[in-house]
Amino acid sequence: MTGGGFWEMGGYARYVWPCFALAAVVFAWNLWSARRYLAAARLRARRALAMAASEGDEHQL
Amino acid sequence: MWTWFYKLASPPYVYSSAAALAPWFLGLAALTVGYGVIDGLAFAPPDYQQGDAFRIIYVHAPGAWMSTFIYTTMAVAGAIGLIWRIKMGHAVAAACAPIGASFTILALATGSLWGKPMWGTYWAWDPRLTSELILLFLYVGVLSLRSAFEDAARGDRASALLAIVGVVNVPIIHYSVVWWNSLHQAATVAKLGKPSIDAAMLWPLLSMFLGCMLFFGAVLCLRLQGEVLNRERQASWVRQAVKS
Repeated sequence: MTGGGFWEMGGYARYVWPCFALAAVVFAWNLWSARRYLAAARLRARRALAMAASEGDEHQL
Repeated sequence: MWTWFYKLASPPYVYSSAAALAPWFLGLAALTVGYGVIDGLAFAPPDYQQGDAFRIIYVHAPGAWMSTFIYTTMAVAGAIGLIWRIKMGHAVAAACAPIGASFTILALATGSLWGKPMWGTYWAWDPRLTSELILLFLYVGVLSLRSAFEDAARGDRASALLAIVGVVNVPIIHYSVVWWNSLHQAATVAKLGKPSIDAAMLWPLLSMFLGCMLFFGAVLCLRLQGEVLNRERQASWVRQAVKS
């Protein structure tokens, strides 16, 4: 670390920290959106199965 | 080998493998990225010319590498889907696109933030920067094409074709600093012979590369499960899969 301490990043803090913050956002967004996408797909699959099951019951009646 | 390849065409096999692998990839990614960030920010020595601004490399270089690696993966998966008509190829390509686009944005934005103190400008129409921007447009094109068709199969084919045509941009990005006069520095790590970077700076960087690859693996596995479920909603095996 050059002079000025860890948070000052040798005078480059306003360039270094936003880069790492953006990387954290990209990582968090990827994880969040992938989990959300999977949860939505699971919900759609369950609904499709429930609909197919109820249509089967109607045919039996 | 071929048995394994054929297994990859099986949606239930892909779904269960992705579900089993995702937590491992994520755990290992947390460890390697954690080490890379701490060592890169706190312990690696400052560069003799760039000072502490060089630390941007720990997110910029892996971001840029991932942007081209994911694009190539997407194009290969799209080609497998087109040539062998393997639905799972298209599913992998669809899962890759948003992840790759986000890493391309990261590479462009961090490169821009590094450019200001080093070059005196946030942006220059430099061959490396311009070809990376074209890569972002290609990702946007692939994502848009996929959602433009009501028939998912047509969207798969159209976006795979664009991904395959656009893969020509990947070597252009890599060799742009060699073929043309570029502000961007030449390869530091990925070159023949010894990397021109000190070991104390190199280890956290390699850890970040590995961590980003593992993170991509984890997110790909999660998205891929969603893609498989969306494509196989009517299949009998899905009932068991969504119960758990």
